[in-house]
Amino acid sequence: MLQTKEEIISRLRQDMMRWEGFRPPQPGANNDLGLGVVAAAFPDGIFPTGAIHEFISSSPEDTAASGGFIAGLIQKLLSDGGACLWISYTRRIYPPALKLFGVDPDRVIFVDVPLQKDVLWVTEEALKCEGVATVVCETKDLSFTESQRLQLAVEKSHVTGFVLRKDVKKANTTACVTRWKIRPVRSQLRSGMPGVGYPRWQVELLKVRNGKPGNWTVEWKKQNFQTVIAPRIIEPNRQYA
Amino acid sequence: MPKRFASIWFRHLLTDQKAIRQKGLKGKAYVFAEPEHGRMLITALTEEARKYGVTEGMTVADARVIAPDLLVFDGKPDRNLKLLTGLAEWFLRYTPLVQLDPPDGLLLDVTGCTHLKGGEKAYLQEIVSRLKTIGYDVRPAIADTIGAAWGVARCAASGLIVPEGAHRNALMPLPPSALRLPTDVLLKLRNLGLYQISSFVYMPNSVLRRRFGKNMVLRLHQALGQEVEFLFPLKEPVPYSERMECLEAISTRPSIEIALNSLLEKLCKRLYGEGMGLRSAVLTWYRVDGKNGNITIGTNHASNRVNHLFKLFFIKLESIEPGLGIELFVLDALKTEPTSDKQSELWSAKGGTDSEEVAELLDRVAGRIGNTHIHRYLPGEHYWPERTPEPNSDIKKAPESEWRTDKPRPMQILDQPERVEAMALTPDYPPKLFIWKGEQHVIVGADGPERIEREWWLEPGEHRDYYVAEDEDGRRYWLFRSGHYNAENNQHWYLHGFFA
Repeated sequence: MLQTKEEIISRLRQDMMRWEGFRPPQPGANNDLGLGVVAAAFPDGIFPTGAIHEFISSSPEDTAASGGFIAGLIQKLLSDGGACLWISYTRRIYPPALKLFGVDPDRVIFVDVPLQKDVLWVTEEALKCEGVATVVCETKDLSFTESQRLQLAVEKSHVTGFVLRKDVKKANTTACVTRWKIRPVRSQLRSGMPGVGYPRWQVELLKVRNGKPGNWTVEWKKQNFQTVIAPRIIEPNRQYA
Repeated sequence: MPKRFASIWFRHLLTDQKAIRQKGLKGKAYVFAEPEHGRMLITALTEEARKYGVTEGMTVADARVIAPDLLVFDGKPDRNLKLLTGLAEWFLRYTPLVQLDPPDGLLLDVTGCTHLKGGEKAYLQEIVSRLKTIGYDVRPAIADTIGAAWGVARCAASGLIVPEGAHRNALMPLPPSALRLPTDVLLKLRNLGLYQISSFVYMPNSVLRRRFGKNMVLRLHQALGQEVEFLFPLKEPVPYSERMECLEAISTRPSIEIALNSLLEKLCKRLYGEGMGLRSAVLTWYRVDGKNGNITIGTNHASNRVNHLFKLFFIKLESIEPGLGIELFVLDALKTEPTSDKQSELWSAKGGTDSEEVAELLDRVAGRIGNTHIHRYLPGEHYWPERTPEPNSDIKKAPESEWRTDKPRPMQILDQPERVEAMALTPDYPPKLFIWKGEQHVIVGADGPERIEREWWLEPGEHRDYYVAEDEDGRRYWLFRSGHYNAENNQHWYLHGFFA
């Protein structure tokens, strides 16, 4: 009896999630994006592909960190094949750096839109295209209606979209499935070693539909995300010379 | 199918055009004159002026004596060529092959075109009546050869349509001037009493060649069809071309879309049947008031899919100005290529990827923002950071070398390195702190230097010593010092990028 009750509840949960717009990922697809502990925040513990993810950054340093995090996610999404489009108005991304995050820069098509108002048009067209695996859109403003359009486009095509919003002063409501904020934090080497360690970020998952928001310190190490469980206290004014 | 040619003779090309421009001139005697050796010689004249006895080549002073009320205008050299080119373009609605025939005519290849207007007679009638409405007095003729059509149009009293195979008989009674011969040959023939083609057509070729030159024999044979003559059309005909004439002039957007769609369907069906796809196409429209325009599209790969091509045109349809209405659409495939059967070539994706979709997406994007804004990079054989990613327009090209991962490279790079104020205490060591945009960054960890020499064979300048620097908040920068360390002048530090 108890067993059946649990079963019923779990089935009801599944149903509710489906009604709320969550779709279970397609069977056979590569669902593990290597996020490790972070993945527990998502519904069913699976990174929602075929959805729009919003990244907020307020400074170029944050944009670079978000770019690195997105590139780490794209690496796994592209492993099934397909193209990646990187759409931006003022692009600063340096293609060779993508290789450090496992993405072949020659598989990414950079669309440098000359007019800002065309950015979302190109993004929507790209998101509708099923031959595309993932789309990264660098933009400044994204209204609720615009985000709804993008979200509707991916629900048909099952493309994963990343909207990287730069210089956001005030974050408005959007229809995106998740909202992230990535900040660079001090990297760490073995004690006493001078220099700069692996890229390390403070990953804040501000919003996730049907999931639990959270906050982690994540490091990009050996072509994979590694969650730093207990960040040690970093001694200030370390001598390196 | 035997060839049929038409020759259109504008009897008063320049003067008719003047009368179209100046309405009051119709029916008056006027001439065009050009200076030659200090005299004004008449180059073109109206029928009314001819009645007075004025002829071409007469000086204006002489003409004024016999025709006191003669109007004289300044003629411009090569004016007739300009007019003929415009008229030749107008004639493209009757046949795709039009050649200029200076000084005052056009040659058309009308093979297979006349039935569209209901036969050769109706075809010529329509040409004559439409040109008459505009104001041109023309004499057209149709025959099996270019030479015969030319001669009949200019010299025959009647029978302007020479039936198939009858051009030889039609030429017989005509004077030698029907053969496109220079004046000296014509004078020679006249002096010998050869007033008709029939009087010398049976002479042996060797005799004719000896007396009148080989050009005369060539012209004769061309007119008779014994020597092939080719038309050099004003516009090269496009092998894949579809045209649609509208029964009624159309001007609304839906009707233009329907016209475009049906043209594309016809064209793509043909292309598909021959295993071809188009890379670039142009849609030209002709308006009832004589204006025309076109829109061009291009694709990344050979395509013969109607939907895709329609979408590409659809983005640009706004630029069509129908005005009073459009009467003719012409769709030309400017560049075609064989379509590859293996369409999944784009980075040899493992499945789930339809590369054609991506290529079509890029076509649409290129149609909106322009092809120059879509970039793809291959590893360039350069150390200089600005040149390491090498732009490549070919979407199918695979990289020839590996991307390097042994050196740290920033995620974001500035187009132009920005100068920062930095404080470095020791040579060849990273700065202690730097100020960028008014904010002070104390550096707590750094890697480097990585010296990158400037490629002196491409540009002169200093080398750069790059450092990866991390500040107190964990923000990572790519800094470089331009040139060697200099204790006195420490103002040559630059910020070039941000690490992830």
